[in-house]
Amino acid sequence: MPLRLLKNAFSDAPDPRFFNTPRGLRDSYDVVIIGGGGHGLACAYYLARDHGITNVAVLEQGYIGGGNTGRNTTIVRSNYLTPEGVKFYDESVRLFQDLAEDFDLNIFYSERGHFTLAHTDAAMRTMRWRAEVNKHFGIDSEVVDRDTIAEAVPMMDLDCGGEHPVLGALYHAPGAVVRHDAVAWGYGRGADKRGVEIHQKTRVTGIRVVQGKVTGVETDRGVIKTGKVISMVAGSTPRVTKMAGITTPIVIHPLQACVTEPMKPWLDTIIVSGSLHVYVSQSSRGELVMGAALDPAILHSTRSTLDFVEGLADQMLDLFPFLGNSKVMRQWAGMADMTPDFAPIMGRTAVDGFYIDAGWGTWGFKATPVSGKTMAWTVANDKDHALIEPFSLARFDRFELVGERGAASVGH
Amino acid sequence: MARRLPLRDGEWIDRGRPLRFTFEGREYSAFAGDTISSALLANGVRVLGRSFKYHRPRGVFSAANHDSNVLLQSDSDFNIRGDVTAVADGMRLTAINTQGGLDKDRGRFMDRLSPLLPVGFYYKTFHRPKALFPFWENQIRKRAGLGRIDTQWPELRLPKRHGFCDLLVVGAGPSGLSAAITAAESGARVWLVDENARAGGSLNDRQDGTLRDQLLARLAGLPNLTFLPDTVAAGWYADHYVPLVTPEGLIRLRARAVIVAGGVYEQPAVFRNNDLPGVMLASAALRLARRYGVAACESAVILAANNDAYRNALELKALGTDIKAIVDLDDPEARGDLHDAVKSAGIAVHGRSTVYSAEGEGLLAAVTVCALDAEGRAKPETAQRIDCDGLLMSVGYAPAAPILYQAGTRMVFAEIPGQFVPEQLPPGVFACGRVNGVFDLDARVADGAAAAGEALAHLDMQTGPAARPGRSSERMSHPWPVFPHPKGKNFVDLDEDLQLKDLERAAAEGFDNIELLKRYSTVGMGPSQGKHANMNAVRILARLNNQSIGATGTTTARPFYHPVPIKHLAGRRLRPERRTPMHGWHRDHGAVFMPAGHWQRPKYYGPAPEAEAIRAEVMAVREGVGLIDVSTLGKVEVFGPDAARFMDQLYTLKLSTVKQGMTRYALMVDEAGVVIDDGVCARWGEEHFYVSTTTTGAEAIFRQMQRMIGEWNLKVDVVNRTSQLASMNIAGPLTREVLQPLTDVDLSQAAFPFLGARQGRVAGVPAWLFRVGFVGELGFEIHVPAAQALHVWEALVEAGESKGIRPFGVEAQRQLRLEKGHLIVGQDTDGTSSPFDANMAWAVKLDKPFFQGKRSLQILKERAANRLVGFRLPGNHPGPIPRECHLVIHDDDIAGRVTSIGYSPSLKAWVGLAMVDKALADAAQLSIRVEGAVIIQADVVPTPFYDPEGLRQKPETAGEVSA
Repeated sequence: MPLRLLKNAFSDAPDPRFFNTPRGLRDSYDVVIIGGGGHGLACAYYLARDHGITNVAVLEQGYIGGGNTGRNTTIVRSNYLTPEGVKFYDESVRLFQDLAEDFDLNIFYSERGHFTLAHTDAAMRTMRWRAEVNKHFGIDSEVVDRDTIAEAVPMMDLDCGGEHPVLGALYHAPGAVVRHDAVAWGYGRGADKRGVEIHQKTRVTGIRVVQGKVTGVETDRGVIKTGKVISMVAGSTPRVTKMAGITTPIVIHPLQACVTEPMKPWLDTIIVSGSLHVYVSQSSRGELVMGAALDPAILHSTRSTLDFVEGLADQMLDLFPFLGNSKVMRQWAGMADMTPDFAPIMGRTAVDGFYIDAGWGTWGFKATPVSGKTMAWTVANDKDHALIEPFSLARFDRFELVGERGAASVGH
Repeated sequence: MARRLPLRDGEWIDRGRPLRFTFEGREYSAFAGDTISSALLANGVRVLGRSFKYHRPRGVFSAANHDSNVLLQSDSDFNIRGDVTAVADGMRLTAINTQGGLDKDRGRFMDRLSPLLPVGFYYKTFHRPKALFPFWENQIRKRAGLGRIDTQWPELRLPKRHGFCDLLVVGAGPSGLSAAITAAESGARVWLVDENARAGGSLNDRQDGTLRDQLLARLAGLPNLTFLPDTVAAGWYADHYVPLVTPEGLIRLRARAVIVAGGVYEQPAVFRNNDLPGVMLASAALRLARRYGVAACESAVILAANNDAYRNALELKALGTDIKAIVDLDDPEARGDLHDAVKSAGIAVHGRSTVYSAEGEGLLAAVTVCALDAEGRAKPETAQRIDCDGLLMSVGYAPAAPILYQAGTRMVFAEIPGQFVPEQLPPGVFACGRVNGVFDLDARVADGAAAAGEALAHLDMQTGPAARPGRSSERMSHPWPVFPHPKGKNFVDLDEDLQLKDLERAAAEGFDNIELLKRYSTVGMGPSQGKHANMNAVRILARLNNQSIGATGTTTARPFYHPVPIKHLAGRRLRPERRTPMHGWHRDHGAVFMPAGHWQRPKYYGPAPEAEAIRAEVMAVREGVGLIDVSTLGKVEVFGPDAARFMDQLYTLKLSTVKQGMTRYALMVDEAGVVIDDGVCARWGEEHFYVSTTTTGAEAIFRQMQRMIGEWNLKVDVVNRTSQLASMNIAGPLTREVLQPLTDVDLSQAAFPFLGARQGRVAGVPAWLFRVGFVGELGFEIHVPAAQALHVWEALVEAGESKGIRPFGVEAQRQLRLEKGHLIVGQDTDGTSSPFDANMAWAVKLDKPFFQGKRSLQILKERAANRLVGFRLPGNHPGPIPRECHLVIHDDDIAGRVTSIGYSPSLKAWVGLAMVDKALADAAQLSIRVEGAVIIQADVVPTPFYDPEGLRQKPETAGEVSA
């Protein structure tokens, strides 16, 4: 029993607040971050911790971590396809691994191993491609055969009920799950402790730009003067960029997920199948956390659909036939900002003092630490961090797309 | 002591049908119709489960599908809800989540550790030192979860049905019955569903069954009203799409309007040990007594905060329960006649008092009652002990509103009757009865009828709906049923073992809005999804924040209403498999199939081993004649005055200049200039084209065509002929000898040049013929109506017998095309490859005024970063052979990948294609990193590898230079 628990025996007193509720908005801040999700709070944290910039306001229209930070299926991995992607996410994984220590908060970072199943020759080729690129950059990633999968996940039906049997998989040992909310809270607490103000229930209504330069932010609680604004939202990106007079090629698709009632843990790994449109892991509460592909139609909504959960259940039984009596308890949706090349948009923009961190599609959570860190650096130095140079908004004007779409499939 | 009551009219059990079952290894009796909980109580068993975190003993609490601490395990199921699941004969049940059984659960020590484990403790513990976290996590995972799944259980799937109706009414209590009957009597097609085994709702729990019987009699006479008992309306989706979970399976119901008459969930009070078995909602005791003939206790104290409490006391007394006292949080004098009635029944009433704590070791034995001070706080100095084995709470309600919330209803908090009520309902959604804040029985019936009138008006089936009776003017829910005891164990959420102090602490640590409170404390996240916990959590947070309940708000209600089994959601297993007309023939001739999208295609023909068979098939095509089934290719006919322009705009080459009776290669890119499909385009007339697509692209490309016709506003129509026409490709030097005798089309070079297209008959069947050369030999693609395709195929095989004709499969075709350097879209290209990357600049006509992707290709023309090149392993290559997607390495960096590789029997060498950095396109050699990180060298060679002049597919032109 850790000593930390014994302390509770002697005192019922709560720990200090994770985040304070500031009295009101100040007249001006050095930096205003729009969006109090994981990315926004991480950026605030690194601005304060690494760059000494603490006169920062994080403006959140709802509550901390209430957007996609709290809606994803908590998977962290770095087995991407392009060199840009691999380097970026590898840095994110490394930051994640030390986050609990940094925060002094247990974020339940749990390395479980991540299998991406291949059911066709074509998928096997893509897996080999990813594995080869990953290995080149020192990422622990390999193509494994059916026997290896059967050993790790013996209860899985590798024949998938008959059609489209599993031929092999890409195995990524560092693939992990994390308690997503705790990541946001840890960043929020760390930022708050260093003087950053987190304003929940504060909606941005306008961005003031004078002669191509940001001068302030309008909110439903008043106007703030600032020379630096970072948009770190999802779903609302087009609404915010419009305020700054900027356009992006982002379109929004809902991404849905669901959980079952808790059951005793039996699944220790993370299983993904692009062909079956399934990804699943079992949380430390015992719930199966499941997702599938993006909704096909562009839609600015977090509504759930029955088709999603029906299709997912159907395919889950192909992999795990014994789950018929398990019950789906809750389903939900997030809004995924999709870019034409399935890579994010990060860094400076044509408007001086307006920075963007968007286009996170279905891979935003796993990028939380590295996005915060590189965006903080970018804002502090007014220069795009080397890791995010390939992701600049200007790439669409220059037609220099990132190749992550080369292996487009369910990317979790 | 709990026990079975004497037989009474109207009960739901059949005393003539006894059942046997076991619980925790002991055998018990039950009657058909009993729930597991009612049967166990009837046998005097009151501890039915252990709590999730602290393993405290728990019993019946709601008997209304939110007793999350009475979950059971059987041989074939888990997390079985004891309070609503019927006993089946021979069931063998145990409590879930115990170590060593319910009584001796070794997890009990967790209760004593509870002071060490305040809310959120796990966020603050176990992470230091980092190396130990996996150990702690393992310990946590051992304790996590509820029931146990057996991975040997068989696959369960229940069939689905579809339903359609004018009006769905959810809930068959007084208001729902009234609404459904009213609407059905006006002629609407009505479905009425209720999660209980019978209709009537709370009317079943009263001595006076007159109203229930009247309503059920009317219900029975309505043929256009479908009543489904045991059915849960599990969620609301756009356009009134409601999944109904029935014992037989899921019904996807599309209603034109929905009335929610789901009633209320009775809510508990918060005080010390309010989770002891014996403490329950008064409605649970009534339900158990009336429906299942079970007395939940012998002697009861009733905790009261509304008039229903007094009625319940009288009902239970009439059933033989000794009502020791009513403890009223309010002034009993204000109860009027009801107060007099209980007094004359000899029931003691403690006014302005509360139960401060429940007492007993594992079972309720007594309650401590305290008077309240002016602020509503318990005065410990007034403590008074009352022995009892039941404490029944009637202190308030929460609306069963999840379906309303999901539909987008705005709910507001009404101080009277003390609950959230609908303020603004979306079109076609209506609410009535207690969920609408209407409590008086007559008013509920009237509210249902009025809701039906509104729904009918919405459906244009009746005008002038009746007036609503108005909401209850009595306060039904106490605003603060929370009486914290300093010694703790004041539970708010039984699912999650959350106490008042946990919520206070969470709020104090900064999680002080309702959504954050939920996420940090997990309140409302258990199997009952907060049905008995959320309202008190909102009250507690509101008070901590000094806010109104309305301003505090509620968490978002999401599907499902109750958890839905995967076997219901999955439905029957339906996997489409497409077969070509020649499928049976292939099977009979030893084909080994491989999937291609939904299609099954012959990979090769046995019985020879794979490599040998493929090699023989390749050689047959190169040296004799071969036949392949290519029916899976997409096939589209394009008609209309703008057909030529449409083809020009859709594809990269100029197709408007294709002459009638000729074909041309067709390459499609997307707006980013990425290659997405290819095929062959034939022209039959000035305004009539016929184009093929890849097998996997068939559906998407046809959709894209339909979309672009609209977007470009062209006079064009497209017809998808993929399934109507079957196609086969006959190829090899002996092709003419086999095909000519079977067709009236002149196959001579003069009459049918390379890339020509002709119409005629083959084996008597109308056919389209195209002289194309994917495999690099003289060959014809023959398209015929699917119904006659097998006949044509068999005729060709028969005619070719003397020439050694051989069917060949996908693998041989891949090999043949590789020898010709023809790419496969999606294998040799990827999601970023432009035609320039793919070495197909010749297939892009940038001088066309416009085509899909042109702007991108104009930019990429100069910038394409990659190039698809051919390579060949040196003849005496000794080392390992590269595989597809092995990397090309240059200066220690990634410089490309192998996209295709194969051993060419014709060339007797390994050849392949690689997508490499443009800078390497002219290199003499490529370094390829193969298995085991070994680097091998391959020679870059021009493509085609085989017959570079293309003489074999145009043998008559030997000596001419091909274009």
